[in-house]
Amino acid sequence: MIYWLLFFEFFKIGLFAIGGGLVTVPFLFDLAEHYPWFNASDLADMIAISESTPGPLGVNMATFAGFKAAGVSGAVTATFGLVLPSVLIIIALSRLLKKFRDNPLVCSILSGIRPAVIALILFAGVEIAKLAVVDWKTAGIFVCFWAAIYFYKKSPIFYIVISAVIGMALKL
Amino acid sequence: MKDLWALFNVFFKIGLFTFGGGYAMLPLLQDELVKRRKWTTDAELLDYYSIGQCTPGIIAINVATFIGYKQKGKLGGCVSTFGMVAPSLIIISLIAGLLGKYMENPWLGHAFAGIRVAVTALIADTLIGLWKKGIENKKGFAIFLASVALLFWFKLSAVWIVVLAAFGGLFLDRCRIDSKESKK
Repeated sequence: MIYWLLFFEFFKIGLFAIGGGLVTVPFLFDLAEHYPWFNASDLADMIAISESTPGPLGVNMATFAGFKAAGVSGAVTATFGLVLPSVLIIIALSRLLKKFRDNPLVCSILSGIRPAVIALILFAGVEIAKLAVVDWKTAGIFVCFWAAIYFYKKSPIFYIVISAVIGMALKL
Repeated sequence: MKDLWALFNVFFKIGLFTFGGGYAMLPLLQDELVKRRKWTTDAELLDYYSIGQCTPGIIAINVATFIGYKQKGKLGGCVSTFGMVAPSLIIISLIAGLLGKYMENPWLGHAFAGIRVAVTALIADTLIGLWKKGIENKKGFAIFLASVALLFWFKLSAVWIVVLAAFGGLFLDRCRIDSKESKK
């Protein structure tokens, strides 16, 4: 049944996506490969919309993915699955959490996961780049945006709105 | 009941007015929880964040659960989290529903083709930021390279990468233990 699958898959993401936000994207790529719910190109649009709407990025992505798979009840199921590990773990460990953070084992584990998360996001970025940067025109726009974002740290919404206008003006 | 409603309200508001989550919502949390309601202090709030980063899950959710639990126990944790995700559920469902109807419109297609380029650039910029914070030494770099190889050539899934990297960290990196003990 699709709701069980959604719940299970997003529970897994909630459990393994340490750091949140964009870290959920590579996990969603795995879903795009295994299930007919959405494809990689949908995923790029979902990131854009999730970044330009209120709420945590990871939650928005889960809601969107769930909606694509099974409408409003799918959205609720996926989001529930995503947040459940957080809620359970924080409540169960609440009293020990400060010790947990200062534990040398936890520190070692996290020092291993952090570089791997960069690799995961790089992988997701490359997959999205393959869909987005398809010719000289889009490559040029990409370089301009990258430079603009690097030098003028404005909110992502600003760049997303401008890129939508550019896309329509140049009929990309 | 009044307290639970207050928790729901605060986190609904934070979910509604922050874009991106994580550290983007810190100023709003400070304003609502520290200054106005005096539920917590700045130092405690930063503690929640550092703990939220080393526990599984979305940081925004971890922080919301933590604060709710401290205020009103298990139910408080659930209510805060529900408040936090409710705006996303409503707004994203509306947008996703509308998009499904208008996706055939060619102008929307052009707009999203442009947006995808900007998203790629935003991810590239995030990577630069993460690189500076996340790769501190040769061991970190080695784990990064190994993950890249496993992802691009062996097409390993993200779950496996995280599990293997956790073991990699355990076996390779013991640096912090000595420094912590010597401080004591």
